[in-house]
Amino acid sequence: MPDLNLDRGWDLHPQVSVRPEPFGALLYHFGTRKLSFLKDTTLLAVVRTLAEAPTARAACAAAGIAESDLPRYQRALSTLAKSSMVIERAS
Amino acid sequence: MTLLDAPPTSPFVLAPKDTPRKTERLVDLFEYGLDAPICLTWELTYACNLSCVHCLSSSGRRDPRELTTAEAKAVIDEFERMQVFYVNIGGGEPTVRPDFWELVDYASEHHVGVKFSTNGVKISPEIAQRLVRSDYVDVQISLDGATAEVNDHVRGPGSYATAMKAMQNMYDAGFKGFKISVVCTSQNISQLDDFKAIADTFDAQLRLTRLRPSGRGADVWDELHPTQTQQRELYDWLVAHGDGVLTGDSFFHLSAFGDALPGLNLCGAGRVVCLIDPIGDVYACPFAIHEEFLAGNVRSEGGFQEVWKHSELFLKLREPQSGGACTSCTFFDTCKGGCMAAKFFTGLPLDGPDPECVQGYGEELLKNRKDTAVELPKSSIVDHSHRTTRVGREGMGPIQLTLSRRAGIAPVNASDCEVGPLVGFTPEQPPAGALNESPRAGINLLASSKSRCVCGRKGACSCS
Repeated sequence: MPDLNLDRGWDLHPQVSVRPEPFGALLYHFGTRKLSFLKDTTLLAVVRTLAEAPTARAACAAAGIAESDLPRYQRALSTLAKSSMVIERAS
Repeated sequence: MTLLDAPPTSPFVLAPKDTPRKTERLVDLFEYGLDAPICLTWELTYACNLSCVHCLSSSGRRDPRELTTAEAKAVIDEFERMQVFYVNIGGGEPTVRPDFWELVDYASEHHVGVKFSTNGVKISPEIAQRLVRSDYVDVQISLDGATAEVNDHVRGPGSYATAMKAMQNMYDAGFKGFKISVVCTSQNISQLDDFKAIADTFDAQLRLTRLRPSGRGADVWDELHPTQTQQRELYDWLVAHGDGVLTGDSFFHLSAFGDALPGLNLCGAGRVVCLIDPIGDVYACPFAIHEEFLAGNVRSEGGFQEVWKHSELFLKLREPQSGGACTSCTFFDTCKGGCMAAKFFTGLPLDGPDPECVQGYGEELLKNRKDTAVELPKSSIVDHSHRTTRVGREGMGPIQLTLSRRAGIAPVNASDCEVGPLVGFTPEQPPAGALNESPRAGINLLASSKSRCVCGRKGACSCS
């Protein structure tokens, strides 16, 4: 699976709902009827601010993610992209 | 309990299948409960046109106390506020409620997805056309036999034809990926490939669930629950068919055969799962309609949210549970002692093995229970079964061969039919007399799926 391009703008899919939970959050896609679990509140912060950030990298930086942790978050976002939870913004 | 039909994703965007480091497992986080259920079953009515012998909710007749349309809409409003993404609507047969489609539309308008379970009685071509246009609605059609004779023995005469017609209508309307839901029994385990073929024919997805000894299911559990050998067959089949088949996480007790099956592998009762019954009572799970597992009612002050968040029962279920006798078992970490409801309704201790424990510990306990004539839990919940006896349940079932031998004739030259565990078994009492009194007392000699009779028929055969 190719990694998500951090230097592009990304949005949460319009059919996806986010429900915060003590451990992170639940994501539900009404189109695909699929659930995903975010097990990390930092990742939740990234997902929530994606749409306002010019790039995914900027959203990660704003959430305070260190450069060394970036690959882990990139993988997590790639997984979300693969299941259409997040989609690349049309440029 | 039924849990998630969600497919897997990856580490720390966690999906049910993932089992990373033990301390990070999603299951461990879920044990303390969620702000709202992930999987909520809502039974809209006790009314049903059928009288399935294994009905979990002993449905049949409508209850005059059932929620009104306005009350049901208020419950949907609450789901929206709590962000309950979707509900599994069942019954009874939910579609016989006159306001059923109105409630489905209302839920969709309020961003609450609906998957409803039906025997197909109302799925006409017109309704199928309407369903295919909705993003928020999914349909699950029940089928408990891949052939009419196996299905109708459990679900009633004509029910196979009704379900098949409904599926055809869904297919013709272009509704892709609707669910075909099968309760696995000793009579249909040999038909798993056939069920899959039916699902493929209709562009549907197969969903297999476990027979629970709940409701009327308690009366037929001894007869219908899969044998140890069949449980193994089912496990192997599930491993081979992996993600293509849904299970609602209902077979986590089978994980003790080896690798964990896809799913959370956790009893989610009161933690991530619950049931709202037609009169608004909230139970820990759909298989536990008994006052022991009653947490409250949606009509009470604070509504459903109050029950979910603060009921004494649910808070208790979210505390760490004792594994009891199971703790020392190597497989406890994956099977977690199995299904609470299955234990409860078979009279086994809740902190011990599941009655269908694949290591055989449950069977031992069940045997002791029968020896000591322990009374099974009776419920004071109103039984909504039809008062009349269903036609068609007379006589032996389709594959309930009663093998009898005239006294004194030794079972020599066993034919290829006799591949069951009871080969050579001579009943102590001649079944001839027992047949009329107890039509289901026959020896079930259901053969494994691969075996054929010498006459060429698949499975058990009465040709000889």
